[in-house]
Amino acid sequence: MKLFSRFKPQGGVHPDGRKDLSADRPIRVLPMPERLFVSLQQHVGAPASPVVVVGEKVLKGQLIAASQGNISAPVHAPTSGHVAAIGDYLAPHPSGLPAPTITIEPDGEDCWAALDVPIDPYALEPEEIAKRVAAAGIVGLGGAAFPSAVKLNISRKTNVQTLIINGGECEPYLTCDDRIMRERAAAIVSGIRLIQRAVGCTEALVGIEDNKPEAIAAMREAAKGTDVKVMPVPAMYPMGWDKQMTRALVGKEVPAGGRSSDIGVLVHNVATAYAVHEAVALGRPLISRLVTVSGEAVKIACNLEVPLGTPAQALFDYCGGYAGVPARLVMGGPMMGHEMPNPYIPVVKGTSGVLALTHKEIGQPVPSPCIRCSTCVRACPVGLLPLEMAAHIRVGDLNTSVDFGLKDCIACGSCSYVCPAHIPLVHYFNFAKGELAAKERAKLKQEGTKKLAEARNERMEKIARAREEASRQRAAKKAAQEAAKKAAADAAAAAAPQQEATA
Amino acid sequence: MTRIAHSPHAHAPVSVGKVMATVMAALVPATLYGFWLYGWPAIFLWTVTVTTAVAAEALTVRLQEKPVRPTLMDGSAILTAWLLALSLPPFAAWWVGVVGALFAVVIAKQVFGGLGQNVFNPAMAARVMLLISFPVDMTMWTTPMPLTGGHAPGLMEGLAITFGGAHWDAMASASLLGHVKTEFTRGVDLLHSLPGYFAAQDSAIGSRAGSLGETSAGLLLAGGLFLIARRIITWHGPVAMLLGVAVPALIAHAVAPAHFLGVLPEILSGGLILGAFFIITDPVTSPNTNEGMFLFGLLCGLLTWTIRTFGGYPEGVAFAVMLMNSLTPIIDRYVKPRIYGRTRKGTALPVGKEA
Repeated sequence: MKLFSRFKPQGGVHPDGRKDLSADRPIRVLPMPERLFVSLQQHVGAPASPVVVVGEKVLKGQLIAASQGNISAPVHAPTSGHVAAIGDYLAPHPSGLPAPTITIEPDGEDCWAALDVPIDPYALEPEEIAKRVAAAGIVGLGGAAFPSAVKLNISRKTNVQTLIINGGECEPYLTCDDRIMRERAAAIVSGIRLIQRAVGCTEALVGIEDNKPEAIAAMREAAKGTDVKVMPVPAMYPMGWDKQMTRALVGKEVPAGGRSSDIGVLVHNVATAYAVHEAVALGRPLISRLVTVSGEAVKIACNLEVPLGTPAQALFDYCGGYAGVPARLVMGGPMMGHEMPNPYIPVVKGTSGVLALTHKEIGQPVPSPCIRCSTCVRACPVGLLPLEMAAHIRVGDLNTSVDFGLKDCIACGSCSYVCPAHIPLVHYFNFAKGELAAKERAKLKQEGTKKLAEARNERMEKIARAREEASRQRAAKKAAQEAAKKAAADAAAAAAPQQEATA
Repeated sequence: MTRIAHSPHAHAPVSVGKVMATVMAALVPATLYGFWLYGWPAIFLWTVTVTTAVAAEALTVRLQEKPVRPTLMDGSAILTAWLLALSLPPFAAWWVGVVGALFAVVIAKQVFGGLGQNVFNPAMAARVMLLISFPVDMTMWTTPMPLTGGHAPGLMEGLAITFGGAHWDAMASASLLGHVKTEFTRGVDLLHSLPGYFAAQDSAIGSRAGSLGETSAGLLLAGGLFLIARRIITWHGPVAMLLGVAVPALIAHAVAPAHFLGVLPEILSGGLILGAFFIITDPVTSPNTNEGMFLFGLLCGLLTWTIRTFGGYPEGVAFAVMLMNSLTPIIDRYVKPRIYGRTRKGTALPVGKEA
């Protein structure tokens, strides 16, 4: 049955790009906001742990929270000022639940801490580069926010041969990767060379969607004379999914449950490569990022360089405020981004865009019955059957949806986007994934409880046995004593008449 | 409480209603041409069938206490009745359309749970029911008498044919497949029965006795290609069904031309083009995957040819489609897309091996 789909790129949709809103706006630096709310959980893994105290003066780039455990990333002060508070604050999570945050009040000096700039960054040992990337708090800037140094170390140890730099940026509206490639191509290429050295791989491929010709030209120009190859790929969503990009560039698939390194590939985002250059060549930790501000409900769409911890509202304000009342505020792209419950959510390392969308842009479709048209099946880049998965989840049969491949779903939203019945398929899948995770946790907890209960029973039995033993011993001792007493009394009684007799 | 909206925060400008409307648009040329060929009785029959279906849908949805308006607006009842009407003899009496539409909407669709839940294609289920229950009324074909031709029944005569039970015997004729079958039973083989009866261009342009939907293979084909171009359907099902009829016809005709029809009369006659592009592509009752659709279409075609050639009825599309509808869940169970990073069987690709 490989007659039809095997050799074609699987699935995908062509959403209305809307990139024209912001693609031609050069990067501008956002003026320092009044306060920065720097989250300690800006990455996948354990939250960073504060190393400053309230009231302490900090310099730009100074470490304010250290990484905890194997998968974690440190956090640095985005500017100079003093620590105004340490505690829970709004975080970019759709639940609106707060996260531990360090609040910094800028002093306006924007004064750098002492930076450790190597004489020749390209001569650093591979381990040293990875160490500096880890110390700079760099995480995947495409949105996944996985600590980059962890990936570098795994790839070096597994002899990865191909570095893929992801310039797909397939999400509609977002143009910050496009702009960084157009304007800072040389720094990106420098970052790519540093990653190559850190991993020890020879091949470096930059995949860029063919709807960004200026970025392709700029990157080609910057890559001249290096072994970095720029490769245009067809524009479609989700081309920026790392595994789709890998399939498009090297024709290999990452095995289910495996890592890219299993097929000798390492994937990093273009903005991550730029951050690596900043960190290793210039000694600057990751304290700002490019963010696209867009949507029909924004007056002037922009691409801004924003200090981490800036509330989204400051970005909208800089862009001239809202044009009318926005129907929905989104952090990230429209396909996979989260709704912001309010505009005061701070920018984190994984924030690629903040969008203010109108009713017309989001549409407010009412779901109708599934007509099994299978448009979702053709749209799924993973090769799943979204309609079947959703039908089983709807009636509570989560296990069958897992058999249909629920755990392989990447929640890209292609199926929901194209569904003519407007069924919120991704919502079903995320609900089911959450339920399954909760069940898994409950099961672990139950097992833990069972183990504890068993241990307790055993302990109690042991105690009871010991008690029994002790009481038996006591009884035996008592009996022995009684016997001895009796014997003594008998002996005394026996001796008394004698005494009497002798008396 | 504020409701948090879920991603994606954008949606393609599509809806079920638009899908149905596109399919109807693809049917318009063939239908209008059919109206022209068969005149007022065909127009009345089509109208009665569609109106009954919409009324039946409204009533059943109301009885289930579901919102009526959105259900009617999706257009599925109209489309079902439209397809049914195209498969009826154009001069059939009004009650044929009414009974068929009621059966299609109430029994074949709403009883199963409404749109998306039916196992069998409602239009074909209704046609099969009518054919079995009223074989005489369902096989009274008429030679086309174009509205502008002068021989056509006028408005009043049309009313009499559809609603008054008037017969138009003078123009009665048999469809090609029916004619061939009848001649066989009389012991006349194809070499003698076919000459003068079949000409490909007649079927293609529709000057041949038959239902509205089999008279103009050319316009139906154009409608089908339009649906493929609009990505409402894929080519897999239709092409496979045509192959399923054409390949055995080609072989059998080459071996025994006196007993088996050739490729062209098989493909251009009966409801094959309508079935291949508009019936088996009904999303609800057909498989999920392109591969599954190909298999489904191929088997539909083979069954159609088998029933036409060896069965008791001259035409087999409706029977073939219904039989295959019941196989759809099984095809869906065994024909699934390959998941990224996994083999067809669902196990992870071996690590370190190139995919």
